[in-house]
Amino acid sequence: ISKMYHKEKSIHMKSSASSLYNSLSVLRIAPRCLNCFTVVHANVVNMVSASWDGLNYSHRQLQSKEGNVATSSSLIMQAALCVLPSRDLLVLTSQKGIQMYESDGSIMVYWHALDTPETPTAKVVFARGIAAVREKYICVGVSSGSVLVFDVPGKGSNIILSEVLEEHKEAITDMASECSGNLECIADLVSADDSGLLCVWKSGEDFHLLNKIPGFDTCCSSVNLWNGTVIAGYGTGQIRLYEGVTGILHAEVNAQARWIYSLDFAPFTGLEREELCLISAAEDSWVRVWHVSLTPETNSVEIEHMYNECVTDTQICGAKFCDGDGYAFAVTSYDLSEIIRYTQA
Amino acid sequence: MSTRTLPLLFINLGGEMLYILDQRLRAQNIPADKAKKGRWQLIYTRELMKQELFKPQELYSKKALRTVFDRLAHASIMRLNQASMDKLYDLMTMAFKYQVLLCPRPKDILLVSFNHMDAIRDFVKDTPGILSQVDETNKQLIEIYTPLSGGEFQLIRQTLLIFFQDMHIRVSIFLKDKVQNSNGRFVLPTSGPVPYGTHIPGLIRIFSCSGEELRRMQFRDGGNYSATLREGSFEMYGDRVIKLGTNMYSVSRPVETHMSGTSKNSSQHTKVNTTPNPLAKEELNLLARLMGGLEVQKSTNTDSGFRVNLFATDEEEEEALISRPDELSYEVISIQATKDKQTNAALAKIMGEFGETSEPAPSSSSKGDDLLAMMDGL
Repeated sequence: ISKMYHKEKSIHMKSSASSLYNSLSVLRIAPRCLNCFTVVHANVVNMVSASWDGLNYSHRQLQSKEGNVATSSSLIMQAALCVLPSRDLLVLTSQKGIQMYESDGSIMVYWHALDTPETPTAKVVFARGIAAVREKYICVGVSSGSVLVFDVPGKGSNIILSEVLEEHKEAITDMASECSGNLECIADLVSADDSGLLCVWKSGEDFHLLNKIPGFDTCCSSVNLWNGTVIAGYGTGQIRLYEGVTGILHAEVNAQARWIYSLDFAPFTGLEREELCLISAAEDSWVRVWHVSLTPETNSVEIEHMYNECVTDTQICGAKFCDGDGYAFAVTSYDLSEIIRYTQA
Repeated sequence: MSTRTLPLLFINLGGEMLYILDQRLRAQNIPADKAKKGRWQLIYTRELMKQELFKPQELYSKKALRTVFDRLAHASIMRLNQASMDKLYDLMTMAFKYQVLLCPRPKDILLVSFNHMDAIRDFVKDTPGILSQVDETNKQLIEIYTPLSGGEFQLIRQTLLIFFQDMHIRVSIFLKDKVQNSNGRFVLPTSGPVPYGTHIPGLIRIFSCSGEELRRMQFRDGGNYSATLREGSFEMYGDRVIKLGTNMYSVSRPVETHMSGTSKNSSQHTKVNTTPNPLAKEELNLLARLMGGLEVQKSTNTDSGFRVNLFATDEEEEEALISRPDELSYEVISIQATKDKQTNAALAKIMGEFGETSEPAPSSSSKGDDLLAMMDGL
């Protein structure tokens, strides 16, 4: 059996990756043929811009800030490069609040402080879970279960908190938005939490809750949304595919032997059905590639396994496709100072 | 990150410290009855079980935690030179890092903690006063941690992993057992029992819209996983099932570390601490409370106390001190009397005792009635 992907030259970072869900974020800057990667290390974001062949790259390290405090030791829970039609933003979530920067990390355009208690409490406060929704929203989750909706103008720093969604009772783990461009899709956003609860939303001046899918007390650590189908990864190592609006379970996979930390997909359109490459990564050292196909007419979903890659002796915390059609993917692991890349053989 | 991490860090590191010191005392042929009478285990246990640990707080910096353990190690008449103290701390931290990484489920960190607690209880079982402290601490662990969800435990684990980030010190016993590679990274097997609550990878199930299973398929997962073991007990007493956190040392398995093989990225300055005083105010207060009531044993003559050497010979210990790479320096804080000094009398007393510590005069192995008398007096 020939290998589907082979390992390329790794990209080295200035510091190692921390163990955080969905820890790798990738932006494709097509006109400049670059990929921009972000990986969190404690209170610092490693940013690497790399050419598509991975041979040329430049580094930047961005330190967590709090409002007008120059540097902060508060730990970053997640960094994500968010793509909106008019602009790209880098969003960082930490124990103290939410920071938004221009996508190269050069200028902070917005700071939102969380209500952190004077003395530490048992229930810790932090923000986690980031998604860019439709034309102008950036949504961020909070440890209380709230989802903050920020209204982002086409340019400038006049970002405002427009709404707070209160449905989750446990800490938000991840969020994902619909980016198929399919106007028939009603659901725009899915949010996931520590109890495994999935909330499906429609965006707008007021966000509207479409559905709640219970989690049976199993943490959902990573979630994706494609053509109305929610793809969720759990701490038990399972992947489940749901129809978002109805909550119908299409498929369940005993995918990994440890906690899933990252899910990502690369869509490509078949003639009669939508198809995706799905990638899952977990603390069991395995990255797995799956083929998912959705047939709208019969409302059916198929998933089959395509490929395994073992990143030996590492606990993977981030895996993302580097391009639109699943040709290349990148992986980060706890304690590793490199971004490992794979391309199709 | 999680504000409930410190007790687990303290208890598990403390447990490992007791295992290591116990093994070294046996290896150094300090007679068993003298080692027992040294009551060092009682003293350390008493200090480990302090209640202040359990209030919600941020994790200590590496420096602050090392300082606490430094003082703890010197709480009895046991003496450790700088090199031995460094090595002791290396072993403690790498052992717990290993346990945190290899835990099948995040919640299993609690079982690892119970393994340490069970061993600590065994060390002190003949002393009712300290035993009841251990039981009290055990009760608190159960009360605080058993209600937490898997996600909350994973947050605790992620916080611990930040503490251990970039530590790749090679430990002989781990290298020999092939659980650690020569580059200092731990072996993560892709075989063995899956965690409790996880299924063996391989099954894909497709459902109809009405919820019935349409078909199932198997895929090749590439590993060699087996069914989960039964769940360990979270009660005061019980079979923990997980072996992580039990004593892996014995007389025939010596404790050694190699100083090379660390990651190129030094961990010391990645977490920026902008405060000029290395110990934050709260840490200092807690340190004071922990140290308060701790009778620091000062050697008045070379016969008192017994010296524990974490190396095979005195020469090796000296060599280790000289050759320790800079990036592995723990930068132990010697607390000076400064303007920040609290009016707290206890703290003032303790701070006065810190000062500039000179190397304690290396004493040869314990001997004499003076020593026994001293131990009995503790």
